[in-house]
Amino acid sequence: MRISYVAVVCLLLTAGCQGATSDSGDPAPSAGSKGTVNLAINPWVGYESNAAVIEYLLEKKLGYTVETKNLKEEISWQGFETGEVDAIVENWGHDDLKKTYIEEKKVAVDAGPTGNTGIIGWYVPQWMADQYPDITDWKNLNKYAGLFKTSESGGKGQLLDGDPSYVTNDEALVANLKLNYKVVYSGSEAALIKAAQQATAQKKPLLFYFYEPQWLFAKEKYVRVKLPEYTAGCDADPKKVACDYPEYVLDKIVSKKFADTGGAAYQLVKNFKWTNDDQNLVSDYLTNQGMTPERAAEKWVTEHEATWKPWIPAGN
Amino acid sequence: MTRPELRPGGPPAGRTGGGDRWGVRGPWSTRTIFAILVVAAAGAYLGFRSTPAADSADAAAFRFFDSVREWVDANRDSHPLFLFGVNYLRLGVRLLVEAVSAALTGLGFAGLVAVAGAVSLVLAGWRAALLAVAGFLSFAVLGLWTESVDTLALTLAAVLLSVLIGVPLGILAARVRWIGSALRPVLDVMQILPTFAYLAPMTLLFLIGSPAAVIATLIYAVPVTIRITQLGIAGVAPVTVEAAAAQGSTRWQLLTKVRLPMARPVLVLAVNQTIMVALSMVVVTALIDAPGLGQNIVRALERVNVGAAFDAGLAIVIMAVVLDRVTTAASRRRPLPWRLAVPVLAAAALVVLLPIGDRVPALSFAAPVNRLTAWVELHWYAGTEWLKNTVTGYLLNPLENLLVTTPWWLFVLFVLGFGLLIAGWRAALVAAAAAVGVAALGLWVHAMQTLATVLVATALTLLGGVWAGISCARHDRLATAVRPLLDAAQTMPSFVYLLPAVALFGASRFTAIVAAVIFAVPPVVRLVERGIRDVPPTVVEAALSAGSTPRQLLWKVQLPMARGGLLLAANQGIVMVLGMVVVGGLVGAGALGYDVVAGFSQREDFGRGLAAGFAIVLLGVLLDRLTQGFHRSKGPSS
Repeated sequence: MRISYVAVVCLLLTAGCQGATSDSGDPAPSAGSKGTVNLAINPWVGYESNAAVIEYLLEKKLGYTVETKNLKEEISWQGFETGEVDAIVENWGHDDLKKTYIEEKKVAVDAGPTGNTGIIGWYVPQWMADQYPDITDWKNLNKYAGLFKTSESGGKGQLLDGDPSYVTNDEALVANLKLNYKVVYSGSEAALIKAAQQATAQKKPLLFYFYEPQWLFAKEKYVRVKLPEYTAGCDADPKKVACDYPEYVLDKIVSKKFADTGGAAYQLVKNFKWTNDDQNLVSDYLTNQGMTPERAAEKWVTEHEATWKPWIPAGN
Repeated sequence: MTRPELRPGGPPAGRTGGGDRWGVRGPWSTRTIFAILVVAAAGAYLGFRSTPAADSADAAAFRFFDSVREWVDANRDSHPLFLFGVNYLRLGVRLLVEAVSAALTGLGFAGLVAVAGAVSLVLAGWRAALLAVAGFLSFAVLGLWTESVDTLALTLAAVLLSVLIGVPLGILAARVRWIGSALRPVLDVMQILPTFAYLAPMTLLFLIGSPAAVIATLIYAVPVTIRITQLGIAGVAPVTVEAAAAQGSTRWQLLTKVRLPMARPVLVLAVNQTIMVALSMVVVTALIDAPGLGQNIVRALERVNVGAAFDAGLAIVIMAVVLDRVTTAASRRRPLPWRLAVPVLAAAALVVLLPIGDRVPALSFAAPVNRLTAWVELHWYAGTEWLKNTVTGYLLNPLENLLVTTPWWLFVLFVLGFGLLIAGWRAALVAAAAAVGVAALGLWVHAMQTLATVLVATALTLLGGVWAGISCARHDRLATAVRPLLDAAQTMPSFVYLLPAVALFGASRFTAIVAAVIFAVPPVVRLVERGIRDVPPTVVEAALSAGSTPRQLLWKVQLPMARGGLLLAANQGIVMVLGMVVVGGLVGAGALGYDVVAGFSQREDFGRGLAAGFAIVLLGVLLDRLTQGFHRSKGPSS
């Protein structure tokens, strides 16, 4: 709620002032707290699990104030530059953004891996893998294209993609592997998950782009389709990709300012490291069990002291 | 996402002004020309149809918008335009939001409820006051008090700004001819601009958070304020003004003592409609990190939890109904006199000071709603799949194929010819220019795909809306029963019902059509109902006494006489369907909607997304001009 009074006075007497910068009026850290950490919340549940636990530890164990900001990935990166975001706590690749913001603009730094491995791939519901055992190899996909026809796929098989901000090479893959499929964009993660749930509930064929860690796997089983193996550099030219997605080492990115002046808060974000199972557990609390982020984090923190104790910087 | 519309008890909030009277001919000759035009177009289509190349990923327009973005990013903290303009605007709006929010929060739970009740009692009477108290209590009962107050604060800040800017502009537009005519096309475009298309440019200029949200809401809501104010001031009887002028009133006195007081009911209506429009936009701005109920909905969607989204959606509907009824009642009556108002307000102030806790019984509809949607999703699927495939296969796909394979120049010529025939040369030229603009943006194929979806959705909207509107006009009890449903359908954020729609219809264009129809039907129903009810009772009686059956009465008397209202309904239906194109992009409709969504989330797609936003606006201008001209040149003026 606090306002930069210099800027307010400038607002009243514009002449003679230096003009307002884009961060004028941003809240200053509130009194009685060691400082405020601005945490970006990207729009998927796995990310929220990381953020919930980090927020809980920062507030309850280290005494910081945490401001969470719900932002898409790209906009979060812009926040490093404007000072609106201190940390992104689950980043999937984004080499282009790393180049812009870490190397060129020098406003962000890498804060190490989260310990989670990100897998992207094509999936079918379990019942399809049972009924058509050879469907899990891309070489047989053309044989089954007819099954995946929908009103949107123009006579071909449908490959359903998700939110446009997720990493995808699917159009190039379909073209280069000569698959008789059309990529249909569902446009959001929620639409993708709903389609997957219906495919299981109604025993309806579905081939879709998906990823792990993902809370849906705690409820239902989906099987990954094997694509030509990934080799280093095989995805260098986005138009010629004909291989599987690499495994992503998910990492944390923080603003340069936070790395320099964030103290114990920065150390905690840097030390944070857990497994896919840990994350899936918290995600399960958040989704299937309907807990608030705070309650989910509290439950996990009470039950996993051995995991998070080493994250707390010495002297706290 | 409510578009301005006719509300029962108010004058039209739509466009005003004289139309072009070109091509007033006998019906026979118009029909012949029309037939010739259709045959010529069909012939040209068969001769020239072609399968177009897919839209390029790198058109000149996209690169231009990308370069704009880079320039803004580089100069945000150095260029005077930002240092002394944009950034101050952001700061000022931020102060306003913080002040409003601090005032609302400062009153405390019991205090805010009491103040809401007292203000409603003073301005709108005891019924409205009871409703306000019950509504505000329900926010706490739903467990959404803080979020509701945040949403209310953003809405009030945006409405305050809209009124401060919109009322003076509306007065000027009504009094100074050239200002009125200069504003009209600008307002048209602002109203057609789909809500989501605002968001990317807003974050570019004003970054994320409340200030950007309020400014986006302001842009969306202020045309409504201006239009209704203009209408109200222009509607003051000239005789009254002349009488006052004859008694020696100055111009200022004429405005403050005569025009404004006489336009008071319409001005309150302007505030009412501004609130409704602002509230719907505030929810959408959750996508650029505005606080409030929108956040709950967006989050619930991430978790595919329709029930949780429903609770937040219900709070929004309640807020909309409370604000609507209170302001509507306020427009119809005088406020309490001071000797009564002061004690009421003092009592509310007392409640603010009293230490009353905020413990209320909790109630959530999440679990039953989730059970219901799960059941529906499981059991209706076979039927909905059939419906989707039928509409897509027999209506949507052929139409899309026709539009996509038509060369762009032939399409422009057809728009021009069709426009000349039904809407006058001015509207035809504007519509054709809009079509050329779409082609120039480099998104022709996507635009035609979107147009096909929009046309099918509009057809279904009109079919359902006109039928329901006629039924409501003929059966009073039905109309009363349907009214809250319409309110809910119009104010419930579309996000809430998108997921069940995806479950039933898959990620598809048809899902987008369903969402658009739900959103666009209510105003069509209201306009049609009002059009029919406005047919003078003497005419109806005359027809009845001449022995008309109810069916004859409807088809020969009521519908022809309500033509103006019907055509306005068609126009509003199209505009509202267009507003949902981007939402369609979130559920698998692809084309322009998806381009906008992608541009919003991927840096490399920014230029393309912005171009797609403009393409949607141009499509809107095209359809709006054609249909608007239609009822202006031929129907009774509305």
